[in-house]
Amino acid sequence: MSEEFENHDPNSGHTESEHHIVGPATYAIIFAALLVGTALTIGASYLEMGAWNPVVAIAIACIKATLVVLFFMHIKYSSKLMKLTVGAGLFTFLILVGMSLSDYISRAWGQW
Amino acid sequence: MDSHSIATTVDAHGHDVAHEHEHPAYLRHHFVSYEQQTETASFGMWLFLLTEIMFFGGLFTAYMIYRNWYFPAFVAGSHQLSIFLGSLNTLVLISSSFTMAMGVWCAETKRHKGLVWALIATLILGIGFLGIKSVEYHEKWEKHHIPGDTFSVQSFVNPDSDAEAKAAHDKPLGLDMARKTEVYFSLYFAMTGMHALHMIIGIALLCGMLFKAVRGGYMDGNIAFVENFGLYWHFVDIVWIFLFPLLYLISRHQ
Amino acid sequence: MSTIVILPDQATARVPKRNYLTNENGILSWLLTGDHKRIAILYLISITFFFFIGGALAGLIRLELLTPQSDLMASDTYNKIFTMHGVVMVFLFLVPSVPATLGNFLIPIMIGAKDLAFPKINLLSWYLYLVGGAMTLGAMITGGVDTGWTFTTPMSTHFSNTNVITTGLAIFVAGFSSIFTGLNFIVTIHRMRAPGMTWFKLPLFCWAHYAASILMVLGTPVLAITLVLVVLERTIGIGVFDPTKGGDPILFQHLFWFYSHPAVYIMILPGMGVISEVISTFSRKRVFGYTAVAFSSVAIAVFGFFVWAHHMFIMGVSNYAVLVFSLLTMLVAVPSAIKIFNWTFTLYKGSITFETPMLYAFGFMGLFTIGGLTGVFLGTSGTDIHLTETYFIVAHFHFVMVGGMLMAFLSGIHFWWPKMTGRMYPEKISQLAAVVTFIGFNFTFFPQFLLGMLGMPRRYAAYPAEFQVLNVFSTAGASILGVGYLLPMIYLVWSLKYGAVAGANPWQATGLEWQIQSPPLTENFTTIPIVTQDVYDYEWLERQKEHEVTHVG
Repeated sequence: MSEEFENHDPNSGHTESEHHIVGPATYAIIFAALLVGTALTIGASYLEMGAWNPVVAIAIACIKATLVVLFFMHIKYSSKLMKLTVGAGLFTFLILVGMSLSDYISRAWGQW
Repeated sequence: MDSHSIATTVDAHGHDVAHEHEHPAYLRHHFVSYEQQTETASFGMWLFLLTEIMFFGGLFTAYMIYRNWYFPAFVAGSHQLSIFLGSLNTLVLISSSFTMAMGVWCAETKRHKGLVWALIATLILGIGFLGIKSVEYHEKWEKHHIPGDTFSVQSFVNPDSDAEAKAAHDKPLGLDMARKTEVYFSLYFAMTGMHALHMIIGIALLCGMLFKAVRGGYMDGNIAFVENFGLYWHFVDIVWIFLFPLLYLISRHQ
Repeated sequence: MSTIVILPDQATARVPKRNYLTNENGILSWLLTGDHKRIAILYLISITFFFFIGGALAGLIRLELLTPQSDLMASDTYNKIFTMHGVVMVFLFLVPSVPATLGNFLIPIMIGAKDLAFPKINLLSWYLYLVGGAMTLGAMITGGVDTGWTFTTPMSTHFSNTNVITTGLAIFVAGFSSIFTGLNFIVTIHRMRAPGMTWFKLPLFCWAHYAASILMVLGTPVLAITLVLVVLERTIGIGVFDPTKGGDPILFQHLFWFYSHPAVYIMILPGMGVISEVISTFSRKRVFGYTAVAFSSVAIAVFGFFVWAHHMFIMGVSNYAVLVFSLLTMLVAVPSAIKIFNWTFTLYKGSITFETPMLYAFGFMGLFTIGGLTGVFLGTSGTDIHLTETYFIVAHFHFVMVGGMLMAFLSGIHFWWPKMTGRMYPEKISQLAAVVTFIGFNFTFFPQFLLGMLGMPRRYAAYPAEFQVLNVFSTAGASILGVGYLLPMIYLVWSLKYGAVAGANPWQATGLEWQIQSPPLTENFTTIPIVTQDVYDYEWLERQKEHEVTHVG
């Protein structure tokens, strides 16, 4: 496709999203995994785990989100630039939440 | 002139005449190749999704703080939500992500009927999600759980008067903590409302895409719109993947 | 005085007939354009308009502060005046100034592309800017806002009875203008560079805009959600910041400053990009430590996200937070200082000439350094407790924003004026204007450092009589500063018709934009260049001149 031009473009980082087409089989497996994850989340909320409840819930949600990002959104098959972009967004989100919380943890944590 | 040029023939308007017919019709003039165009569009969509991550980030920050401060109120508020409807909505949205992914595959492999059906399925599931949401919102309105002048703490001060609270075996909250349920519901409506707004925009775009697909569109290789809409739709799904446990599943084990 | 300017023979030289300005005619060809250069001009006109509105408001502030009493206007009105001054200047002038005008115009050309990645989104950016600006004006005309540009809660959510909602939504819309510009720049710089244009051959102007764009894309959405929450709280009573409902007003400040601190880097980084180009050209030298300057731009962007709570030291955050944010603030000063050092070493043993852009650049270096150093006093929590909410803060940010950013903007406008219009501005009067601006600026804002240290609070219409002398000084300076800003308006417009024909490269500068005609063609290049020369490669330029070829097309 792109080979018909003499491509001097230094930007053609060989992304495979054009060439690597993710098929229904992969999507179906991920779909099933997401359903399992949802069931686990609901089930886990009925178990008494104290402070671990929210941790487990978020952890399962993170795994589900990762599956969506990697496979439904094709990041696994994308260029390093795309992976870096997603990472940058995640990092900044964590800075916002983490550093704001660090203020609250150090002065006003627990029931107000 | 040191900067050599790629041998081209250029007409008065600067168009690359000799190569023009080799480019697909949908290649924009400032791009060198279709590959560059699609990668650029995809990159642009990902950057937009980054802005969405940060947009919701503010709400998640607020949630973290107030859940820590007013945990009993958050538990009581969470018990007011229907796990059944929330789980159903989660199923609906994850399924719509699956159908959308299938739609992208159909566009990539030029399966016209497949694409149309996938988009229809996604649309129906998306509208279904909003329908269930509006049922939930309506219920909140009925029970005076919408923040503002109409907000009532009756369900939390006196749990026996409320079906959901009674079913969850909630203990009565002191008036002070009961009032904090308004913070919980503020976040509930802000977060799910923002999410629903993004769903509505997505559905509107989906309708436009479906309209074009039905008339044979996206079968000529120009599928960037479908792929990038898919990214947007999956992102909206991811937001819900986090909203569901954070809002619906706060301690169901009492 | 020596000059590096070489103009074509004025008897025979003409502005090229086919260029981006003459390519199409009619108002629709401008209002529906996808050409990044036309959009840049549209932005230039719009932000100049809002700059003068903001300036007029500043004039009113300084007039009021001539006397200790609140006699020109009531305190309520004064609150509205300084709020609108801040809102207009920050969101409608400083944030878009260099990126939307010079960035839009130059980035595609500097990297060897025909346009930005998303021309239609670029146009959308401008329309969003106009809508945001119109809403702000509307809010101003129908009663104004009095919360300060920082919209601090619970004043903005509960106690103010002014147009908070309209202004909040206006900034929300203008914010998306900024986001889309940044998005466009990031994608363009990554994906549309010409063959041979590697990252380390990019002009530092591009690096600076890349860093600023990261901030725009990642920071602005947080402001957006914050404003939405304020609007929701004011309208339907969603009580996220309301203390009576259990909300925390400090949370608003965390979210607000999470954007608004990176915002100051959004404002200054593009200006620093301009300064790199100008200092290099007028010293005839490659920028010293190119890699350091490039990476320091990105470092400023990254570290800029870690320091926002230094705006909140006295607001009730924890001592731990104060400690951490104070330390990190010291860290973020380092990359800025690196740039100042590198520019200074660029000047050393350079062949320096003093054309107008260079005068503004010198002004920038001195005034930004002062502003930056005073930032260190403010980042140190101990001294900040004394200085915050006083005129020291006002002086600090005006030094970096006006003495820094605005000077950089004017430097850039003058430097690239011949490229954008094909005409040279009149040198003598512009040099005068630069000097007048510099003098006026110092008279206006230096006394404010003293006022702050002496204890005069900011945002007060009435003040103790002992502060009057310094205030009078400041107002007098402001009138001189006003003259300094009015002059370019006049002579730049004059130059459009009567200025000397500039030719492709009047400054003998390096960079792809100087290798094409002035004004450029709509498509920028007739053939996509293959870049073999280094950035700031003056030797290459000398060899070019020997072959008597200075432009393409």
